[in-house]
Amino acid sequence: MTDASMNSVPVKGSLTTLDARTKKRNAAEKRFKAYGLVAIMIGLFFLVVLAVSILRSGIPAFTQAEVRVEFTLTQAQFDEAESQMLKTKAYENLFIAALQSQLEERSLDVTFDPAAIERLLGKTGSTIREYFRDSPDQIGSTVTFNLAASSRVDGYFKGRVSRDTVVDSRFLKVTDLDLVDALVDAGIVVTAFNWNFLTGSDSGVDNPGGAGIGVSVIGSFFMMLVVLALSLPIGVAASIYLEEFAPQNWFTDLIEVNISNLAAVPSIVFGILGLAVFIQFMHLPQSAPLVGGLVLTLMTLPTIIISTRASLKSVPPSIREAALGVGASKMQTVFHHVLPLAAPGILTGTIIGLAQALGETAPLLLIGMVGFIARAYPEGVVSGFIDPNSAMPAQIYTWASRADPGFYEKAWGGIIILLMFLLTMNIIAIILRRRFERRW
Amino acid sequence: MYDIPHHTQETAVTDVKIKAKDVQVYYGDNHAIKDVSVEIDNNTVTAFIGPSGCGKSTFLRCLNRMNDTIDICRVEGDILIDGDDIYDKRVDPVQLRAKVGMVFQKPNPFPKSIYDNIAYGPRIHGMARNKAELDDIVERALRRGAIWDEVKDRLQAPGTGLSGGQQQRLCIARAVATEPEVLLMDEPCSALDPIATAQVEELIDELRQNYAVVIVTHSMQQAARVSQKTAFFHLGNLVEYDDTSKIFTNPEDSRTESYITGRIG
Repeated sequence: MTDASMNSVPVKGSLTTLDARTKKRNAAEKRFKAYGLVAIMIGLFFLVVLAVSILRSGIPAFTQAEVRVEFTLTQAQFDEAESQMLKTKAYENLFIAALQSQLEERSLDVTFDPAAIERLLGKTGSTIREYFRDSPDQIGSTVTFNLAASSRVDGYFKGRVSRDTVVDSRFLKVTDLDLVDALVDAGIVVTAFNWNFLTGSDSGVDNPGGAGIGVSVIGSFFMMLVVLALSLPIGVAASIYLEEFAPQNWFTDLIEVNISNLAAVPSIVFGILGLAVFIQFMHLPQSAPLVGGLVLTLMTLPTIIISTRASLKSVPPSIREAALGVGASKMQTVFHHVLPLAAPGILTGTIIGLAQALGETAPLLLIGMVGFIARAYPEGVVSGFIDPNSAMPAQIYTWASRADPGFYEKAWGGIIILLMFLLTMNIIAIILRRRFERRW
Repeated sequence: MYDIPHHTQETAVTDVKIKAKDVQVYYGDNHAIKDVSVEIDNNTVTAFIGPSGCGKSTFLRCLNRMNDTIDICRVEGDILIDGDDIYDKRVDPVQLRAKVGMVFQKPNPFPKSIYDNIAYGPRIHGMARNKAELDDIVERALRRGAIWDEVKDRLQAPGTGLSGGQQQRLCIARAVATEPEVLLMDEPCSALDPIATAQVEELIDELRQNYAVVIVTHSMQQAARVSQKTAFFHLGNLVEYDDTSKIFTNPEDSRTESYITGRIG
């Protein structure tokens, strides 16, 4: 019996040789590390693919083929054009004449069909007429017009349209491309940075060249102001009350469960709630950033409350005891000691909530923030909260659903801008966190 | 040296600062303190000893109503400080805690400067009318906490940057800054090394001049060194309460004897 029990004790070998069990354990650890590495690589791979495809499809939105034509309109020409029946046609003829003379100046002999100009540049006549009616003092002096080329001509520069694929249609004929090449040689058609994309408003469905995201950026900005002004104080006050003051009973438990559930409610539900309550019942204006902000506030509140409560919980109880021990009231304890220590977490939660709200599309569709907003910068800024506007993600959605491939490109460009805003907000969150945490 | 409260005469006669009678404490269904009656003298260090979970810390926390912060905790019986029932409805726990200071087991300075740690209590109680007065209070408290010489040149440095022993003395200084009459200490030396412990013990002995000090300790040697009176708790009961010298040399209860000789606990 003693022998048997002696034998069951494993014989210890030298420390320098690994026994089978240790080898197995080490192998398992190595395998696990490899799994982790593979998982991270897969994640990184998709991130890179995403970033590259966004940049590749979106970068072209920031450039635009333009036709630069110097143009002089005399008073006599102005009066004559204004007296005609088809006024814009008269201006267009003047413009074509100017273009032809500039080609001749450069001793380039291109003959072109005047109708081609309309295919290349859209309705130039009305643009010119509008300009000179708005600023009559420019009549008689030389003005350089930068006219956005049509979507297909723009696509010709960006490789979207080529001579092999183009089919004669009322939008573009193959012969038009000869004219474009000649204009490029003459330096009249150039590719320039598209400022209008950053500052402008949405354009008609047949004019992707004129579409800009600027106005919807402003719409998003006003919405974020509303969200911040409402959700931060309400959310923080609610969390402080729930975490520090409220008694633990079935009622607070119920509230707690419901807040967690609200965070998981699909955003479109908030949208239809906003439509029913804010617009149909309270008669707030449709498509207004105020309503969008209210809906997004409802959506953001649970996020802020959950993160605020988590950061309040993470403040060590010894700090509360210390403050209570020297005779601070509960409220003094919270506001003098607990809240400052929880501030970094609250800020991070708030900014992440805001970022989430900034990228939200579905509720905006229901409250009508997808309207076509033709009013350009800067008039949109002046009175922002109750005027109809769009928002960045809704604008991107609108562009993506339009037929012209020029808009597809704009949608990607809009996504780049949206991502830049989100990135900026996250960087601000990180900086604020660092700064507040540095106070030991 | 202080504003002498109107009831000093009374305490001078009886010399009893805190009088607890038939105190019961429940945590939910758990009966944590059973029928504890004790009288704590002024200008005396009273030690609460006993094995873990015997209720000594719980009882200590009843004396400044720190247990109020625990929802499920219920206290019955009377605890009188200078003749006032501290569990009376009219008593605001905030005022009580200004009068009954507390030092905790783990040093817990605020994550603020040394100066602000001390000045916080006086500030919220409006004890100083201007910066100079506040400076005075801070210096006096730090001197009384026996840490002034170590920190006087770096009052704006963070309190959390001090060593453990210094932090605990800072917490003691913070507790005395609000001019309490009773000082409760919940195992103040359990997180400290022997040298820091010796400094704090020396400080406790000095503090006895001005306060009724109640200290909870796991170390019987510490109780023997610093206290004049000792209370032995066991399973929620106050087993024996007498002069420290008597408890440690000639205990009446067999459980006390077993504990101090190391047979239980």
